[in-house]
Amino acid sequence: MTTSLKPDANGVNTSRRDFLKVTALAGGGIMLASYAEPLEALTRLGAATPAAEPTLSAFIRITADNIVTITAKNPEIGQGIKTMLPMLIAEELDVDWANVRIEQADFDPTKYPAQVAGGSTATPTNWIPQRRVGAAGRAMILAAAAKEWNVPASELTTAKGVVSHTSSGKTATYGALAATAATMTPPALDAVPLKDPKNFTIIGTRKKTVGIKDITTGKPIFGLDVTVPNMHYATFVKAPVYAAKVASANLDVVKAQPGVTHAFVVNGTDNLAGLKAGVAIVGKNWWLVQEARKKLVVQWAEHPTSQQSSTAFAAKAKEFFAAAPHRTIRNDGDFDTAIKSAAKVVEAEYSYPFINHATLEPQNCTARINADGTCEMWTTSQTPQGGRALVANTLGLKEDQVVMHMMRAGGGFGRRLYNEPLAEVAFIAREAKVPVKLIWTREDDMQHDQFRPGGFHKFTAGVDANGKLVAFRDHFATFGQGERFASSADIGPGEYPARFVPNLRIDASVMPLGVPTGALRAPRSNALSFAFQGFVDECAAAAGKDPIQFRIDMLKAEIPPSQPLTPQQQAGQMDAKRVIGILEMVRDVSGWSKRSSLPKGTGMGVAFYFSHRGYFAEVVQATVSKAGVVKVDKVWAVGDVGSEIINPNHAEQQVQGAVLDAMGQAYGQEITFTAGKADQSNFSPATTASGSAANFPLLRIRQAPPAVEVHWKKTEFSPTGIGEPAMPPLIPALMGAIHQATGKRVRRLPLSKVDLKWS
Amino acid sequence: MAITLKVNGASRTVDVPADMPLLWVLRDELDLKGTKYGCGANRCGACTVHINGVAQRTCTLPVSRAAGAEITTIEGLDAKGAHAVQQAWEELDVPQCGYCQAGQMMAAASLLAKTPKPTDADIDTALNTNLCRCATYLRIRAAVHRAADIKAGGAAVGGSGNGKNDGEG
Repeated sequence: MTTSLKPDANGVNTSRRDFLKVTALAGGGIMLASYAEPLEALTRLGAATPAAEPTLSAFIRITADNIVTITAKNPEIGQGIKTMLPMLIAEELDVDWANVRIEQADFDPTKYPAQVAGGSTATPTNWIPQRRVGAAGRAMILAAAAKEWNVPASELTTAKGVVSHTSSGKTATYGALAATAATMTPPALDAVPLKDPKNFTIIGTRKKTVGIKDITTGKPIFGLDVTVPNMHYATFVKAPVYAAKVASANLDVVKAQPGVTHAFVVNGTDNLAGLKAGVAIVGKNWWLVQEARKKLVVQWAEHPTSQQSSTAFAAKAKEFFAAAPHRTIRNDGDFDTAIKSAAKVVEAEYSYPFINHATLEPQNCTARINADGTCEMWTTSQTPQGGRALVANTLGLKEDQVVMHMMRAGGGFGRRLYNEPLAEVAFIAREAKVPVKLIWTREDDMQHDQFRPGGFHKFTAGVDANGKLVAFRDHFATFGQGERFASSADIGPGEYPARFVPNLRIDASVMPLGVPTGALRAPRSNALSFAFQGFVDECAAAAGKDPIQFRIDMLKAEIPPSQPLTPQQQAGQMDAKRVIGILEMVRDVSGWSKRSSLPKGTGMGVAFYFSHRGYFAEVVQATVSKAGVVKVDKVWAVGDVGSEIINPNHAEQQVQGAVLDAMGQAYGQEITFTAGKADQSNFSPATTASGSAANFPLLRIRQAPPAVEVHWKKTEFSPTGIGEPAMPPLIPALMGAIHQATGKRVRRLPLSKVDLKWS
Repeated sequence: MAITLKVNGASRTVDVPADMPLLWVLRDELDLKGTKYGCGANRCGACTVHINGVAQRTCTLPVSRAAGAEITTIEGLDAKGAHAVQQAWEELDVPQCGYCQAGQMMAAASLLAKTPKPTDADIDTALNTNLCRCATYLRIRAAVHRAADIKAGGAAVGGSGNGKNDGEG
């Protein structure tokens, strides 16, 4: 592998997209930083506005001892990004991974673009930019060697942080060349050549979690572990009916409790994802603060949403189904006529509950108001940019007066896209005039989530005499106001089987909601997949066809769009060929043909889903006892996320985690509401049946199957993310297995509410 | 009140209410942050430590009841991560977010102390009350088996986190 170095005449790339900054380090090192504009796709997620000026995106430091330090810019929530992004830089830099040290960046939009963990976006948006940074670093090292040895750079090769010149036999480490490299003109980033993937030595290899030993030895690395001098502890008691105000509180009693230093009412705002009203209690010890909380008596003001309940939501959905829909999201052909002439008609209603993110590390944040008026924070936010804006807005500061350190998060799953704890602790720290660590109790966390919203679907479909799906309609009863859907309660016109059924309509009706909702791992898709893939299975059965073949046949017969698509629409939509590829592969690896010979009580089910640019097909084999207890025997997952699996170790973990996460949801997770309040308040004890009221069960090791096989269908497409797309197919695939095992269709979650007994 | 505890081999005296849970004494009085708060109700296992060698929850355990006992936290399992369980966790790269893993490792170490060669069923029983929200259970199972091998004299293997926990190596 050789690279010719062609810096432009002025050493400056006039393109605003990418350019490099080089700094010499004392002791003979080099520091490289690249500038890049934030990527358009991320601005939606982070609630960020594109920076007016280019921002610094990544650092490489190479010191004389040949140690390479790479800055990891994104929030680490367990998805392995702190390992993966530096792998991209190290690959093109062509260094020895064993000599790489990785540092977590603080939040700093003047230096780094798109510091966000969400939407499985980090891979597609960083795949080229981070590699270019590494490649540019290598080019400068080569230029330094060419200068020192007076040979053409094109005759030089690199491997594991060493430059070699074959004909003269000269070699030098990057560290030895770093001081000279720091004097070279940097190359234009968009012109720097990247490796041919067949020469990758780091990308595609299994790399361990950076900092694994800190975890195995219990180092204080999480948000909850932060300590600052004179730190006080806070608890913040919010109204169980969301955003209700404090009418009165016995603050004098609370203030008199041992260890309490402050207690005060926070008036708050009506922003369900911001600072809500409540009572703050601050003290020198968090447990004492909790003891004081037991003495707190609050009268909450009446609130218009205090009549809301899960029962009423379900009743409203029934009303909607009996009436004309509020609006139509997609309308192809003529459903009403086609359904009348169908050979067979299938009808079913599906529903799924609200659920909680339930990160094991409860929401928390630490804040200190500094003497210069800045607010310094230690946060586990997935969107620190959105958090900073919220804090600035809450305190009336400018955004650059809020300084944020990014701590490892004990799970994200979308929960930390929302930044209420940041607003709360900043407000409390300023009010109390001491540094404060706010920790939500598990009960706070369970009842004040930005919940995954529930939803209701009424499906009607028709198949013709050949078993072809000719008519399909969904009436989606969901939450929102007028034209607006509540967060993550929406549906788009691209929902499969749209594009593959000639007469198809997706309708929606919305009811108002006073419960905060938001994105949970694979938002929308995690719920819609259950309903749509489940009902497609029912259509396959009505057609008398194998569930995999039924889907493949449909995918091979796309209905041409009535209007030509824009290139952007084309790029964003599901690629039927890629779906067929994963369905065929999962059929092979799972031994699908043995399905027909399984004993009663055992079944295999399949589903696929396209979300967050990724394609997954999964087969579940499950056994259901006559008493109705479900046991997953094995799962086969096939993913197509493009040409490379950057870190197969973590990619496999993400898939297995997503599969088991979905199992946990299916088994027993449900948040219900009565009189405007969440009924559940903590995890289920091991001794109670999963799903019993007032409990929220996470999956346990005993429920985990012996194996989740992960397979990759590599395709020519640029790599995309893996945190989310493996999740949606699991639940409908499990329901397919249960159907074969018991003859029962599960159309309502969680399973703990469904009678699966059979004889 | 003044209470003397034996934590990770050292004698530590704290001045706290007798009913303060051991978890908060460890974290906020003794600055041992490896033991985690997850539920405050004995339901998740994030707060698991050893008391006289046996895995026990600390989020509801009054500190006074731990006085005089040998308390071992993740920091004391082996400070350099050389305990068989820590080695196995590292070798198989078990954690995702990592928040529950101190509790998982303490539960696993306690199991191996009395059951040197556990079956999958033994592991599932011993660790069933330790919740992992990232659901790293397949690697946890594999790592407990691996730790048993290491304890029995099997050399730790280096490498790059190949969790050989299922069909796809």
